Amino acid sequence: MKEKNLEDQNFSSPRGGEWIETQTQQKLKGTVAIIRERCKGCGYCIEFCPLKCLEFSKEFNGKGYHYPHIKFPEKCTGCDLCGMYCPDFAIFGKKLL
Amino acid sequence: MKADTKGVLTGLHFMDGDHSCCEGLLAAGCRFIGGYPITPSTEVVERFAERIPKVGGVFIQMEDEIASSIVIQGAVWAGLKAATVTSGPGFSLMMEHIGLAAMTETPCVFVNVQRGGPSTGLPTLPAQSDMMQAKWGSHGDYEIIAVSPNSPQECFDFAILAFNYAEQYRVPVMLMMDECVGHMYERVKIPSADEIELVERRWATCAAGEYLTYKPDADLVPRMAKAGDGCRILVESLTHDERGYPVITPQAQKKLVSRLVNKIKNNAHKIYKYEEYKIEDAEVIVVSYGITSRVAFKAVELARQKGIKAGLLRLIVVWPFPEKKIEELAAKTKAFVTAEMNLGQIVLEVERCAHGKAKTLLAGHAGGTVHRPEEILEVIEKAISPNSSVGIWEL
Amino acid sequence: MTQTLELKDKMEGLLRTNRLPHVWCSGCGIGIVLNSFLRALIASETDENKVAVSCGIGCTARISGYMNIDGFHMTHGRALAFATGLKLANPALKTVAIGGDGDMIAIGGNHFIHAARRNIDMLVICVNNFNYGMTGGQAAPTTTKESCGTTAPYGSFENPFNLPFIADACGAVYVARWTAFHVRQLQLSIQEALKKKGFSFIEIFSQCTELFLRKNKYGAGLDEMKFFKQNSVIKNGADTREAEFNSRNDKIVVGKFVDRERPDFKESMDGYFGKVLKDKFIRYEGPLQTKI
Repeated sequence: MKEKNLEDQNFSSPRGGEWIETQTQQKLKGTVAIIRERCKGCGYCIEFCPLKCLEFSKEFNGKGYHYPHIKFPEKCTGCDLCGMYCPDFAIFGKKLL
Repeated sequence: MKADTKGVLTGLHFMDGDHSCCEGLLAAGCRFIGGYPITPSTEVVERFAERIPKVGGVFIQMEDEIASSIVIQGAVWAGLKAATVTSGPGFSLMMEHIGLAAMTETPCVFVNVQRGGPSTGLPTLPAQSDMMQAKWGSHGDYEIIAVSPNSPQECFDFAILAFNYAEQYRVPVMLMMDECVGHMYERVKIPSADEIELVERRWATCAAGEYLTYKPDADLVPRMAKAGDGCRILVESLTHDERGYPVITPQAQKKLVSRLVNKIKNNAHKIYKYEEYKIEDAEVIVVSYGITSRVAFKAVELARQKGIKAGLLRLIVVWPFPEKKIEELAAKTKAFVTAEMNLGQIVLEVERCAHGKAKTLLAGHAGGTVHRPEEILEVIEKAISPNSSVGIWEL
Repeated sequence: MTQTLELKDKMEGLLRTNRLPHVWCSGCGIGIVLNSFLRALIASETDENKVAVSCGIGCTARISGYMNIDGFHMTHGRALAFATGLKLANPALKTVAIGGDGDMIAIGGNHFIHAARRNIDMLVICVNNFNYGMTGGQAAPTTTKESCGTTAPYGSFENPFNLPFIADACGAVYVARWTAFHVRQLQLSIQEALKKKGFSFIEIFSQCTELFLRKNKYGAGLDEMKFFKQNSVIKNGADTREAEFNSRNDKIVVGKFVDRERPDFKESMDGYFGKVLKDKFIRYEGPLQTKI
């Protein structure tokens, strides 16, 4: 029987993790990168976002959690407060301007 | 590698075993001791505290033996050679970190100047009743090395030997002294530094980025990198893989724990050390170690005078136990008499390895003082009498 | 712009990413503490090769295994004693001991007070989640009165510890308390403490979502974060005796309470031996360099 080696599962480049780029008319002030497979759906990023840019996605990740997605990309300033609150290193913010 | 001259007090001395042991530790390159006062071992750390500021190193008196036994492991991972010194009750408290040192493969030396037990027992009087505890005291399967000196000179020599074993096999090594050896004054000859051969730590030789904390060499012993080298080591007390990552599976447990045990078992033939006296034609072999071996020597002499063909097998390294040697002798001799200052510990090993081919008797002693030679002689006589049966040992 | 991009990459570089997601439950505050610690390391520009993290056993103690820096996962309660050895044997290391309340102050309480008394140069971070998480939510020496744990099924009636007060009384040079909600202050506090020479202590109130909060019906992780937000009063420089948090009705006093100078262990040792032994004293500088 082939042993399933859980340790070798590599979460360093799972789905997501790239900076989200949205096509809009106006220039974006900031953006976030969400590493979906690391998210455990605690909702801190959504609650503590000063401009309430984020919301829970309807999608599930591999562990069955709703991960966040950016609802109002034009509002995001990339302040990275979501990144500071995230206990799971699943979200990072960056300024674009 | 030769010893560092700074720590070697070359010359002839008249000193007791505790002080001699301290000089041995210094000569071996030990530059860190975490200790806690306990009779009859305190003289070792007292001398170290006096000597170390003039040699260059650290002595710290910790809050208890639990702390002493782990602070030294911190020092080892920071790159020093380190030891701790204690006696019975303190040794019991240190068990947690003997297991830790075995699991994390931290080379360090635990000196135990044995005294009578259980519990507080006989603080100022000798015993050899921690021998099984040294091997089996901490939970789980692991192997250690235990060395037993019988004179102040050997306290010096074996402190160096203990460090050499620790560095060679990355195990905690027990230096099992006793109150008698510790407080006995004799001539101690400390050689010059260039006559002292030391085993260097098995430092990692690969590039920092490629280093894995627990990747073993062919002899099953991994190489070591110290904290601050940029190797990003992960020292793990949970069952771990080669990277040091915890893996809680039966497979990882089997792989790790069998390696911890086998790195000593497979190399045991290089570790065994014993002395033989008049063993070639012996019909009764006295097995002994530590201070008791000196009494046993006299008992063998007395037996020879009486015409009994007695011999002495004196164990220097008690753990790993010289199984092959006992097996070999069991085929040739009629009986083993195990003389030890406890109510039957190493005799169990002798009995196991004799496989019933020779009688095994105990010349035990509850501790507090050494045997009289006549007490051992009595058991030797009993051993050759046709009425005594195999495997029975009386107190 | 490039700076924040670098921050994400730096964070990833300081994590053993192949071990993520970590063991902590959804919403657990320990992840926030780890996050703040790594951000503080980056912001304070500490040489990460010279940082060693010593941990005991427990949920919080798992922290060392996720950081891509020299990490030690030792025995229960002994993180501070181990860190003492590391620091004294290599004074160039920046030693950090991180542990939970049970680990550091119950079984490791003796090591805690003595490390503070000796003023060993290390940063000590205690994540206080009011119970034993790893073993399933038993009462701890920090459990607030009338809160339940599995070993205090009718509620705890014991007086909990006031950790900043203990650290202060034992001689710590830096004492602060924050909650998992105060991420910015926490990060700045860790940055400050990393620069400090001597025994620095930071207590962090954290939410144990699946055990302490669930058992006591205090809500989810988010509710506890709001509780921390609403009930905290920042009192920098306050007397540590005021920092008691005996029951859930008390205000949570947070802030930096102590920031003072005292010679640390090594300084005292070297200074004193130099004075009494004069030129016979050989100062210990650190282990010999090895090839790597």
